[in-house]
Amino acid sequence: MSQTTYNRALEIMGDVCIGCSHCMKVCPTEALRVSQGKAKIHVDWCIDCGECYRICPNRAIRVMDDDFKQIFNYKHRVLLVPSVFFAQFDDSIPRDKIYNIIGELGFTEVCAVEQSVDTLIDEVNEYIKRAPLPVISSFCPAVIRLIQVRFPSLVDHIMSLLPPIEITAQYYKRKFAKEGIKEGEFGIFYLTPCIAKIASVKSPVGGYTSPIHGVINMDFFYNKVYLAHKQKIPITRQIKINGELSSKGVLYPTTGGESMHIKGKTLAIDGMDNVIDFLEILENEEIEGFDFLELRACDESCAGGILSHRNRFLTAESMKKYASIIPDTHKLISDYKKYCSAVVHMDKIEPRSMVKYDRDIDAAIKKMEGARELRRLFPGIDCGACGAPSCEALAEDIVKGQAEISSCIFLRTLYEKRGEISLEEAVKIMENIWGKSRFDKKI
Amino acid sequence: MLLEYKVEGGDFTQAGYASSQIKKTLKQLNVDPAVIKRVVIALYEAEVNIVAHAYRGVIYAQVEGSGIKLRLEDEGPGIPDIERAMTPGFSTASQQVREMGFGAGMGLPNISDNADSFKIESSVGKGTTLYIEIKFR
Repeated sequence: MSQTTYNRALEIMGDVCIGCSHCMKVCPTEALRVSQGKAKIHVDWCIDCGECYRICPNRAIRVMDDDFKQIFNYKHRVLLVPSVFFAQFDDSIPRDKIYNIIGELGFTEVCAVEQSVDTLIDEVNEYIKRAPLPVISSFCPAVIRLIQVRFPSLVDHIMSLLPPIEITAQYYKRKFAKEGIKEGEFGIFYLTPCIAKIASVKSPVGGYTSPIHGVINMDFFYNKVYLAHKQKIPITRQIKINGELSSKGVLYPTTGGESMHIKGKTLAIDGMDNVIDFLEILENEEIEGFDFLELRACDESCAGGILSHRNRFLTAESMKKYASIIPDTHKLISDYKKYCSAVVHMDKIEPRSMVKYDRDIDAAIKKMEGARELRRLFPGIDCGACGAPSCEALAEDIVKGQAEISSCIFLRTLYEKRGEISLEEAVKIMENIWGKSRFDKKI
Repeated sequence: MLLEYKVEGGDFTQAGYASSQIKKTLKQLNVDPAVIKRVVIALYEAEVNIVAHAYRGVIYAQVEGSGIKLRLEDEGPGIPDIERAMTPGFSTASQQVREMGFGAGMGLPNISDNADSFKIESSVGKGTTLYIEIKFR
């Protein structure tokens, strides 16, 4: 497994992983394998979508979020809260109460992530007038990474405008500077419902450096806030609440919340499989006439975010309900408008090639031909007993020298029957993949 | 490496399968995305022509380090006047059909524009063979 230059947001904890292979089956880039009884990530292929984290029954995948205590390294500590966070709670808990708890837990100021959305919508409508169509939204970082790795020919369609979180963070950076607060005295923190956002803040695309100082895991923070609420902790600290947010902002992270504001022919698609299906036909040039595509990796978009614990439909419903009772504009829009166009642009996004066989094309063709031959031998069941997600993936691994034909449990049994390998050897191969002593259980 | 795909005339729901598979192969070989795009445009157009106009056909793709050679052989009515069929905008479809958004021609000029070399052989009443070559570098 090679090293990568990308900051990763996920890590498999070897001591917790039981090698059950659930993650291997859901990875959209086939970046996972099982060997020695543990799941392993091919880091260059990982897009930090978090599907493995979502499915892991053993909670063996760790999110590389930042240590919460680091917020206290700064005198002024603003938490940028996504609208999906409030929708994690029962509607009976008032927002003010949640704000107060956030203050008590250590933040000095709180602001909505989607405060910049109203201004961004205007920028997007300007942008699509002079960009290659269809424009693909830059909102979902897992989709950006998916396109970079699996659909490199489409990178030019990714909108080179920053997502709302970065614009709001830029606004805060400037706001602190205007208030005379020095660099080092203020910390901008982002509460994330999304694993890919962690990676995107640490390793942004498009030649950009994020002003965000730390990323807080929403699943972790929800527990902290809810516990404080349940224990009725006394509120001793004041928190500054920047609650300016429009209904557009609240709905932006939900499916259709972005595309509904964009002029022209648009489409909103959520769910990793749906997005991949659509990108395949888009890449085939089978789709014509679309101006803007809102593509989100998670089913129900951020309401179904990896770190959003509540049922995604209930979360989305709560967001819609809240949006219906607040105005569709807010007081800071003109303030954002004034300087937004200066910071909103990023550079072109580069593709990240996923070397399947070999960098050299002649060698790659040779290996691919070998893999095609091998696939004829395999049963095509995609059972995963070899430690690879599919027969095709095993064939690829073999021609790259990373697996053996005898990794296939069906062929191994045939080899045993023919006397070509001994029972002991067959068991050893199994243990090499699924772990030694794994099957030494007392019945 | 030789790849081979059968194409059935009139089966629009499966049209594009060969193009998709060949695209997938070229992507796995890390061929320049801009080149893949040209291959897909030319091939998809040619594949749909077999589905729309011929009875059946076979697509052969010879993939080498230097490029891809495509041969699309169909059994079909053939093209009586290749030169006219190659004229941009030429179509045998009636004005009425064209107003409905169909019958925009066979897209042969589009195939030609995306290919490094392009040749048609056709015999009326028997079928048509297209030779498309696109270089990788």
